[in-house]
Amino acid sequence: MTTKLFGEPVRRREDARLIVGRGRYLDDIGHTALAAAFVRSPHAHARITGIDVDGALDVEGLVAIYTYEDLTGPMAEPLPVLIPHPQLTEPRTGYPLAREVVRHVGEPVVMVVATDRYVAEDAAERIVVTYDELPVVVGVDAAYEARAAVHDDVPDNVAARHHQETGDVEPALAASPRTLSFTQYIERSASMPMEGRGVHARWDADDRSLRVYSSTQASTSVRAAIAAKLDLSLDTVEVIAPDVGGGFGVKIVHPWPEELLVPMAAIALGQEVKWAEDRREHFISSAHERQQRQDVTVGFDDEGRVTALDVHVLHDNGAYTPYGIIVPIITATQLVGPYVIPVYRVRVDSVYTNTVIVTPYRGAGRPQACYAMERTMDRIADELGLDRAVVRERNLIQPDQFPYDHHLTFQDGRPVIYDSGDYPGLLDKLRTLADWSSADVLRDEAAARGKLLGIGMAMYVEGTGPGPYEGGHVQVLGSGKVLVSTGLTSQGQGHETAFAQIVASELGVPIEDVEVTTGDTRRFAYAVGTFASRAAVMSGNAIALAARGVREKALRIAADVLEADPGDLEIDEGLVQVRGTPGASIPLRTVAVLSNPLRYAFDEAAKQATQFTTHDDSKPPVAEGDAPGLEHRDYYSPIRSTFASGAHAAVVEIDPETWEIDVVRYAVVHDCGNVVNPMIVEGQVHGGVAQGVAGALYERMAYDADGQLQNASYMDFLMPYASEVPDVDIDHQQTPSPLNPLGIKGAGEAGVIPGTAAIASAIEDAVGRRITSMPISPTELYDLMRSEDSETTATAARRAGTGVMA
Amino acid sequence: MKPAPFRYADPGTLDEALAVLSAEGAGAKVLAGGQSLLPLLSMRLAAPATLVDINGVPGLDAVEVTGDGVTVGALVRHNALLHDDAAARVQPLLARATANVAHPAIRNRGTTVGSIAHADPSGEMTSVLALTDGSVTVATPSGPSTVEWRDLFVGPLETSISGPAVVTSAFFPALPPRSGTAFAEIARRKGDYAVCGAGVVVTLDEDQRVAAVRASYVSVGLTPEVHDLTDAVIGSPVEKADWTAAGELARTLVDPDGDIHASADYRRLLVGVLTGRTLAEAAAEAAAAVTRE
Repeated sequence: MTTKLFGEPVRRREDARLIVGRGRYLDDIGHTALAAAFVRSPHAHARITGIDVDGALDVEGLVAIYTYEDLTGPMAEPLPVLIPHPQLTEPRTGYPLAREVVRHVGEPVVMVVATDRYVAEDAAERIVVTYDELPVVVGVDAAYEARAAVHDDVPDNVAARHHQETGDVEPALAASPRTLSFTQYIERSASMPMEGRGVHARWDADDRSLRVYSSTQASTSVRAAIAAKLDLSLDTVEVIAPDVGGGFGVKIVHPWPEELLVPMAAIALGQEVKWAEDRREHFISSAHERQQRQDVTVGFDDEGRVTALDVHVLHDNGAYTPYGIIVPIITATQLVGPYVIPVYRVRVDSVYTNTVIVTPYRGAGRPQACYAMERTMDRIADELGLDRAVVRERNLIQPDQFPYDHHLTFQDGRPVIYDSGDYPGLLDKLRTLADWSSADVLRDEAAARGKLLGIGMAMYVEGTGPGPYEGGHVQVLGSGKVLVSTGLTSQGQGHETAFAQIVASELGVPIEDVEVTTGDTRRFAYAVGTFASRAAVMSGNAIALAARGVREKALRIAADVLEADPGDLEIDEGLVQVRGTPGASIPLRTVAVLSNPLRYAFDEAAKQATQFTTHDDSKPPVAEGDAPGLEHRDYYSPIRSTFASGAHAAVVEIDPETWEIDVVRYAVVHDCGNVVNPMIVEGQVHGGVAQGVAGALYERMAYDADGQLQNASYMDFLMPYASEVPDVDIDHQQTPSPLNPLGIKGAGEAGVIPGTAAIASAIEDAVGRRITSMPISPTELYDLMRSEDSETTATAARRAGTGVMA
Repeated sequence: MKPAPFRYADPGTLDEALAVLSAEGAGAKVLAGGQSLLPLLSMRLAAPATLVDINGVPGLDAVEVTGDGVTVGALVRHNALLHDDAAARVQPLLARATANVAHPAIRNRGTTVGSIAHADPSGEMTSVLALTDGSVTVATPSGPSTVEWRDLFVGPLETSISGPAVVTSAFFPALPPRSGTAFAEIARRKGDYAVCGAGVVVTLDEDQRVAAVRASYVSVGLTPEVHDLTDAVIGSPVEKADWTAAGELARTLVDPDGDIHASADYRRLLVGVLTGRTLAEAAAEAAAAVTRE
């Protein structure tokens, strides 16, 4: 029997190629292409009064200059609102090139095309754009105050008022034995893939067809958008995501202005055109996430059980809303986490600011949600003098309560019904893994070394694998090679390996025979994209179904040849055989040859399938309802999302002289249902934790009041190095999803979600002062410790009272 | 992020380099390790008309160690200085400071003299040049001259050197007898520019009493400064010296700026803490030196 590769820690097949430099990223394509560069707004909010290109015209190598005036047809209209929502009452999007008004630093105003990027930048530098500056709105509080408006026709700056409630929260709060209210903030960070965005377009004038390479997370939808915006028939456009050097969400947004303008120029000029984003462009013109103000009121009883929860979120959506209100909806609906919340009301005001747009970044609203809920749990524990783990335990949904309906509507328009989970199991494992009960011992030991030690935890539930669908295609060639394709894209997650494992296991072939292609509309034209921890759930299941279809057909053909019942056959190591009858077998590759009745023997193997070799003349060569070839295409479309879960704990040590914060221990218990490849899942968790630590302690978008990003480089935007990321202890729990054939849940984003909440809790535990704004840096912690306004926690006061050092 | 057009010259001798610099005038810039200059070019924050690459000039890559001090040639990479044991014996601050310069990849290309000529107040080696009372040698068409550190640093990224000139070496005087040193930094991430760095020299008398205390800081102030902290601890027996008091004194002497990574107050706090910590370490080393005598 073939080793079942599903569930095994198979080493990633793509790594050798990528590590030795054989990857083919966007900028590796089209060395002779013309290059595009952009003149971008230096102002956060301004009216364009003039564009003078004269100075650029004598730059040797300049090919073309485009402004808004050069855009025609659909290109002259605003960019699409990708995900409309009834509560997004004031959606606004920009134009491919700014029309009259710019609303954030970095908005594209002019596109320059030249013989190479150097020349394009030389010409761009000589173009003079004049502006009348307008009042600038930065930050959610300023947006809500609305002394100035980002969009003239949205004077209150509110793009959407999102509102969900599961009962009458005000009476429930009034009837609660205890209540507490607090306000907290969380700052912006961003995806920051190593490879920025990029587009390469080639127009074949004779064939009248367009090939576009884009560093995207959604090639099929980029294709549709390009066709629509450039007035092309869909069949004449192909879009390919080559190797993509990371996405983390930012590349799900589409069409980016550049994704439309570069193909437009390629068609107009009849030459290949390429744009590869540089890092500064990425900072000021792609997308960010995470800034929110959260006002929380919670009702609870003396045991710490939540009776009602009322949350108001001010969500910063940046200057435009091309991705709708997906991020705040996720915050609103994932906030309840693994807990029973008898009455819940959430109101989100999503507001415009003169900053880069806000769209999903790994976690996509969930780190904020987890921060709100978990810090609420911490507050309850502090108020009642209870162990933070105990308060959580008392509120958890129990294993016998699944499926658990929160009576909320999720980001996919479908109900938030948790499919399966064991949250008490997670908490128990975490307490053991993190040695939760020894915290006081660790604290004393650190105090003896002059350090302040604290521990914190956070739990989460993550809706993963939303629809509407993905598809898979599996084909066995006469060579024995198995081709697998799916339309969603890969950004380094290990899809080549995980999908190959699924096919090898389902079909009974060596994994070496399996070749996986993703994100290429020539191979698979129907897809949604890679986001929301959905690739394994959606394409994994679709590919499994496709492989099962191939297996069924292979067994049917082989049964004919072997004169056996298909039910008696098995496929192992690429050989179809009668179970228990050695020698009664046929290679799968031969079955593939026979599946395609031939007239012409183009190679040696093909002879077996030609018309004078096959002898059964009692039926047509291709049976009615059948098709030539050993291949199958199938789709997976779930009724609703599947819900993964986890629990993290962080131990921090703080130097009370310098206020440096060191995460000395980080524990993760993770449940994503059945695991295709535990090594890949652990890698995803590690990367997620790195971004969680980043968001808690290092990264932020430092906008000044004028809307200028002060740290738009890797020198000042502090993405942590390996030296800043703690070692991670991982324990797994597997609660299969009943919703899909493979029983899996998504794992891509999980690692990042609880970082901010858990680390805030640990710092608060260490210093005994309330932490209400994240991320936090040593200089800010120093200010907090000196401030007369900072609140001492009840826990710290109790510890001081009992003589235990805080 | 592509540099504006520039001409490139790679002279084979110092005279050729000076000739190119003379001919090109103010638009010419010397390229050594390029670790600061090239990013500035790519971001178009600098757009020199000509880069004069001195990497092909012979004789600039030596570390010369004598009893008086260490002379570091213009093409000596940070990493070479970091691992030069002879230099470290004569002036231990060299290895201690270069260990804090960025990351190995940058230390492998970046030059110590180049970073001094760049005059970045967040550079380690500008601070060490000041603390050791060092100087640089500058080649000009009219012959070489020596510029003391005090006369060298004019402002952030600005030196007193003008006209056609190549800084050919930096001289770091030897550590005085009965002295010890220490160097420490606090950075947000390992290898980043320091939020605050401190280098110190403690000198004792023959009875192990504190005779002199000098400190210089990184990322504090616009140009390197040396602060004499002797008054806080003068005459104190080394084992009883109140290094915290010296740190407190240092806090009153510095005038740091705030930025997005640290407030001025926080930098001042770190000046105090790092001063206290490094002085204790340096004093122990000085005491050991006295004992050896």
